[in-house]
Amino acid sequence: MNDNDSNEIQHSPPPGDWVLRLYIAGQTPKSLAAMSNLHRICDEHLAGKFQIEVIDLLERPQLAEGDQIIAIPTLVRKLPEPIRKVIGDLSNIEKTLVGLELKSL
Amino acid sequence: MNAPSPVLDKCPTGIAGFDDLCLGGVPRGRATLLAGQAGAGKTLFAMSFVLNGIERCGEPGVFVSFEENPGELAVNMASLGFDLERLQKEKRLHLLHLHLDPHELIEAGEFDLDGVFLRLGAAIDAIGARRIALDAVENLFSSFSDLRILRGEFHRLLNWIKDKGITAIVTTERGRDSITRHGLEKYLADCVVTLDNRVDAQIATRRLRIVKYRGSAHASDECPFILDRNGFSVMPITSAGLAYPVSTERVSTGIPSLDAMLVGGIFCGSSVLVTGTAGTGKSSIAAHLVDAACRRGERCLYVALEESPDQVERNMSSIGFDLAQWRRAGLLRFHASRPTSSGLETHLATVFALVDEFQPKFVVVDPISAFSTASNDEPVKLMLIRMVDRFKSRGITSLFNALTSGNTMAESTAIGVSSLMDVWFLLRNLELAGERTRGLYVCKARGMAHSNQIREFLLTDEGVRLVDVVLDDNGQLLTGSARQMYKSQKEGDAAMRRAAAGRRRAALDNRRQVVEAKIAAMRAEFDEELRVLEAELSQEDADQDAAERAAAAMASRRSGGSRRDEDQ
Repeated sequence: MNDNDSNEIQHSPPPGDWVLRLYIAGQTPKSLAAMSNLHRICDEHLAGKFQIEVIDLLERPQLAEGDQIIAIPTLVRKLPEPIRKVIGDLSNIEKTLVGLELKSL
Repeated sequence: MNAPSPVLDKCPTGIAGFDDLCLGGVPRGRATLLAGQAGAGKTLFAMSFVLNGIERCGEPGVFVSFEENPGELAVNMASLGFDLERLQKEKRLHLLHLHLDPHELIEAGEFDLDGVFLRLGAAIDAIGARRIALDAVENLFSSFSDLRILRGEFHRLLNWIKDKGITAIVTTERGRDSITRHGLEKYLADCVVTLDNRVDAQIATRRLRIVKYRGSAHASDECPFILDRNGFSVMPITSAGLAYPVSTERVSTGIPSLDAMLVGGIFCGSSVLVTGTAGTGKSSIAAHLVDAACRRGERCLYVALEESPDQVERNMSSIGFDLAQWRRAGLLRFHASRPTSSGLETHLATVFALVDEFQPKFVVVDPISAFSTASNDEPVKLMLIRMVDRFKSRGITSLFNALTSGNTMAESTAIGVSSLMDVWFLLRNLELAGERTRGLYVCKARGMAHSNQIREFLLTDEGVRLVDVVLDDNGQLLTGSARQMYKSQKEGDAAMRRAAAGRRRAALDNRRQVVEAKIAAMRAEFDEELRVLEAELSQEDADQDAAERAAAAMASRRSGGSRRDEDQ
């Protein structure tokens, strides 16, 4: 079921591309901050090879099960594998980079 | 929400005994905190609360697990007889597994737990849940490093559940110094329950305690509880109380002479303690009571803790009891298990379950002293209190055998228990003149006149026989051969006295004959003398007459006619 959901959202990214999924619940300040922080980080570190999907759980709550979402916002690195999760509004850039393995500790 | 009611509305958990403890259940529409070590039974308690709500109160429930995956949970619950699959299909139960893996999570900024709210909300709405269990929430806390956010979010979650009017149970691990590791008791102040699993003498006993219950009276003792195939059940030490009705009806012990000692048998529904050293006949007394009860058509439960049912039956057949016939007739049921086979609570629960199922009028526990080998005395006493209370509240007559050894320590065990008992028979080995015999005292018999004398206790082919006491000339108790010797001695003396009297009588008879012969001889002699005398006298008279006549004739011849006229 999770794979089906993923297929609906994913648009078969080109090989080597990063697939990042950001779960939010409504347009809250934290959600908005997370979105802008994520775009900034990606533009800086993954220019031209990333794909971001934003899932608003208020609109599609059933999708919370698939990635076992508990905290909001949660950023899930779907590709490259393995899956990585970073939670929070991504205001801590350093930690976000570590979480996405764009930077080692 | 309804207008606030002055009386706290309670939500029954359906957990045997627990609702009694807190006088109805957990506070409705609020969250109850359940804290305990790993393996203390928290999950089962929470699950029972949800499932009982579904099955008994028609209240759909959500079970949220932060730990076990739902597959494992279903297997565990199925072992207790719950079909989670079916309940979920019927939309009465929703299992929600909130999986947390701290290794995947990196916190990078402000967050909230809206994911939990959303998923929980969806689950609640899907089945119209009235109850919710949040199991193992400590995992939620250990998954995040920002406890400030976590605490705030957790508090918000509880308020959100409360606003929905849903009754919740939150389980978490105990902390070292506080009730919970993360101080959750601060947010869950309405009702706090702790579970504990302690091991004494290799046997684990689970205990439950209501630490706090805002706005309600509740029992505050630690109460043992058990987890078995029937699920979770708490056995309040205090729940039975002492408010049971009593009977004035007497029942026979099956031993007429013992009934006589008690002036008419024991009270129906009373508890009887039989103590004695090994081989004094405790089980034989039990067999008598069982046999008598079965003869009256009453059902008996025999809890054998040291012997197998077959062994009991065989041994009792040697003193003339056919207990097997009662077993076949369905009047007698045995429950045999080693005291060490499980904890006291499990024994207690098993006996209670059997009592509920079999509805006996009479229960034998043989011997209670066996429990002391598996545990120290205090829990045994507490268990027996509850057993006695349960039996009494059901009007069941009960008999407890206790083995005492010669030393005083074991006797004190029995004495510790004896205060619970209405009747106490003490069996003693009596050593006298190099022989061992059995003696029976009635140590106490509440509300009954009873003999203060010791009786000699005989085991015969026809069961127990009590023999009246025999005292010798110095007031010493005589038993066994000494009693018989004394009796025969007494009998011999009497025979001799009888023989001597016979001989004296014979001698007197002889003397009487001699005397009577002498009297006869003397009388004969006397009679002879008298006869001789009378003969002599009558001869003399005759001689005189003759002389007179001769003289007269002479005179008339001398005087002629004239003299003759003068004489005429």
